[in-house]
Amino acid sequence: MESNLKWKVIFITLVVLLCFFGLVGLPTVPTSLAQVRDNFSKRIKLGLDLQGGTHLILQVQVNEAVGLQTDQTIDHLSTQLRDKNIRYDDLRKVSDTQILVHNLAPDATATFRDLVASSFPEWDLAPAPGEQSGYLLTLKPSTVAAIQAQTMAQSEDTIRRRIDALGLTEPVVAPYGQGDNEIIVELPGEGDPNRAKSVIQAGGQLELRRVQDPNPYPSEAAALGAHGGILPPGTELLSSKTTDATGQGSWYLVDRSPIITGRDLRNAVATPSTDNPGSYEVNFTLSTDAARRFGPFTEQNVGRAMAIVLDRKVVSAPVIQSRIEDSGRITGRFGQQESNDLALVLRAGALPASIRYLEERTVGPSLGADSIRHGVQASVISLMVVLIFMVFYYRLSGVNAVVALLLNLVILMAALAYFGAVLTLPGIAGVILTIGMGVDSNVLIFERIREELRAGKAPASAVDMGFKRAFLTIIDTHVTTVVSAVFLFVFGTGPVRGFAVTLTIGLIANLFTAVYVSRVIFDWHLAKMQRQAALSI
Amino acid sequence: MDFFRHDVNFDWMGKTKYFVALSLTLLIVGAASWIHKGTLDYGIDFKGGTLVYVRFASTPPVDKLRQGLVQQGLGDSVIQQISDIATPNANEVVIYLPQRGQGNEALDAGKGEILNALHATLGAGEAGKQDFNEASPDVVAELLTRKDPLSAGTAGATRYQQLAKQLTDYRDKQARGVVSNLDDLRQAGATPAVISALRDAFYTGPFAVVNGEIVGPKVGADLRRQAVYVTLYALAGMLVYIALRFELVYGAAAVLAVFHDVLITLGLFSLLHFEISLTVIAALLTLVGYSMNDTIVIFDRIRENLRLMRREPFETIVNRSINQTLSRTILTSGLTFMTVLVLFLMGGQVLRSFSFALVVGILVGTYSSFGIAAPLVVAWNRWRGQGAVPVSGTTSGSKTRTGEAQGRLAPAGRR
Repeated sequence: MESNLKWKVIFITLVVLLCFFGLVGLPTVPTSLAQVRDNFSKRIKLGLDLQGGTHLILQVQVNEAVGLQTDQTIDHLSTQLRDKNIRYDDLRKVSDTQILVHNLAPDATATFRDLVASSFPEWDLAPAPGEQSGYLLTLKPSTVAAIQAQTMAQSEDTIRRRIDALGLTEPVVAPYGQGDNEIIVELPGEGDPNRAKSVIQAGGQLELRRVQDPNPYPSEAAALGAHGGILPPGTELLSSKTTDATGQGSWYLVDRSPIITGRDLRNAVATPSTDNPGSYEVNFTLSTDAARRFGPFTEQNVGRAMAIVLDRKVVSAPVIQSRIEDSGRITGRFGQQESNDLALVLRAGALPASIRYLEERTVGPSLGADSIRHGVQASVISLMVVLIFMVFYYRLSGVNAVVALLLNLVILMAALAYFGAVLTLPGIAGVILTIGMGVDSNVLIFERIREELRAGKAPASAVDMGFKRAFLTIIDTHVTTVVSAVFLFVFGTGPVRGFAVTLTIGLIANLFTAVYVSRVIFDWHLAKMQRQAALSI
Repeated sequence: MDFFRHDVNFDWMGKTKYFVALSLTLLIVGAASWIHKGTLDYGIDFKGGTLVYVRFASTPPVDKLRQGLVQQGLGDSVIQQISDIATPNANEVVIYLPQRGQGNEALDAGKGEILNALHATLGAGEAGKQDFNEASPDVVAELLTRKDPLSAGTAGATRYQQLAKQLTDYRDKQARGVVSNLDDLRQAGATPAVISALRDAFYTGPFAVVNGEIVGPKVGADLRRQAVYVTLYALAGMLVYIALRFELVYGAAAVLAVFHDVLITLGLFSLLHFEISLTVIAALLTLVGYSMNDTIVIFDRIRENLRLMRREPFETIVNRSINQTLSRTILTSGLTFMTVLVLFLMGGQVLRSFSFALVVGILVGTYSSFGIAAPLVVAWNRWRGQGAVPVSGTTSGSKTRTGEAQGRLAPAGRR
């Protein structure tokens, strides 16, 4: 055997070993057949369509966060204008990114401009169209983009923490699509998405606020009436979470700014209620920092009510009995799971913006199992027929093709395992096209060798010419398909990507197996073969 | 072993008019059906709404279910029984409900309404008990741990978890999702004590939801747009590559041929009422790849023959190239066709539309290589050779000399 050929054989053997190691050698080197199978099923991850599970696509309403920034700016701006004695008629939010200052005192224009430039640099200032001395503040596009990106990142993070806390196996939380603020949540093996959905969707925004008027009002109008139509500055009305038998809620007049927010929590746990047997409550502890504020506050406000506000709804408004340091509890008529989920959401932190569901898919485990069974059955049968035909039609050379095709599949699977890619139904389509093109490569080469043999060439030179000529065609077909697969991967999402991944890997593997490996086998065979003997093809 | 004669000398380009007639017929029939319906049969992926697959222990009472759905105010729902060759007794129905309104509540409502209607029609089950067919392994494990029918004591938790997994696996795999009697669990290793413990807390409902899909209106529109764009980008990429390796006209011809294949396949989908789902898009992409592959094999041979047969007319060269690659074309297409046919017949419900697209696609894709792509290149060459005279399509096969002076590829030095 030529030494060149020997090195090639060694190289191929190494690749094969590496592939088998990738497929069944991890995470632990197997010692029994059962372990081999176990490793294999761990390494080849199946998509939800094959395995069963829940797949959610949700959209983060990022503009809410932008609007919130605008609201805060209006608060700050009005305070500063008051401090600097700049007069104006009205200050209002025109859109999520715009604030209109109506009728600014003409003599204060310069001071106002300076104020905006120094204290609100993320805002562009321009005269309001159609107004004599009105100004329009517009949030800079770069700032808007930054807020949106931050909101997305924070939402993703929060959702991931909440999902992780549910204790499901290998959940996936990841950005999805192209720039529409979408997040994909995948819960393998989870057939009932409702709990996950309610946990994801919960706002989780906890606030403790001082209650101004000792008694709640039956309606918004009643509260306004008690104050002569205008609420005292720095307060607002919030409705209660629960309603009474007639569907009526109650309204609390509370401070606009909270004393404590969800960010000040150190921990939250659900425990059975002592006052209300059978129901549950959530106990929370505050961070040291917050406790330093909370202690004096409660001391000064003994005898007054404090509202526990969750997602802008008052859960309860207990009266402060004595100084409280660093703990509190949220009582309500919670069930066990409800209180657990609330504690979980409080621990994971609040969502910076609300979310909307765009899509929900649940594949039951029985359907997933069906799909696998059918798919595997069909693939094995058709692969067998193809392989048997190749051997039947091309005899010894057909065996060569069988080796190349099987090796192609092994490399493809190993690459999926190494990349941690997921095999889905469209991915299987990619595998089918790979097998088709693999067979095609072999057929192209073999038919070409036959042609050369018919033209009277000796086996060695016929094989050489056959490979050389067919190689050009194979390169063209493969590169064309890989080019399109790359486009599919870059511009596609979800299923289209799965297809592109398996196809690209499969075709690259095919170039290796159908051209390189197959050629080495031929050369090896030719080297052993007697010079005058005919090639078995 | 060899099936083919090697002196095949078929005049493919002489049959161009028949190919054109065939393609036009297929395209027109498909387009007529498409236009007649006004739209394709989009699956839920593209049109949005709620889709629920329900599996029954025995033959589903479809008419009763339909009445039940109407009584519950779901008159616009569509219920359909599933059966195919692989699983003639699938005992499955699929219920579709169009999207109503916007927002999270509307998105969730559909599934709940369908389930309510099913429960109302088929009976709500036994009071105070859960449906075993809807129970998760955790719920079953919790119950068993609490009841402890095997007297395992404190060490029971892991053991019961394992048992619960075993029982639900039996339900999902062997029983295909629906256990009709708890006694059947004996086959999954449940002892009588375990079964009686289960019986205290569970009943077996007549059906199980095996798949639920809820797709909002935005997703559908996005996906449809994306599928089209992505395919167009991929085609453009292929066009550029082929134009670089061959000539622009080859790229254009190949892409037109592929386009033709996709349109014909979509037409057949419309005609035969197959649904276009996301996986069908993957199948269409597979078809694009396959058809392109087939076309390039022939083009490659043309390129090679152009160098070897400098004196022959272009048409002869094309004919010769197709004939030379014929054995390969038949072998490859035959084997691939067989593969997808098996998939179509045995692949089950989920793969049905998908494998149908592939079955059609491989036939059309193979045909378009010699029936559309090659004739387009020949027509272009003739048009250029005769000084901008439009091609009539009837002179093919005659030994015109036009191909000789014009329409040659760049010499091999390009590579």
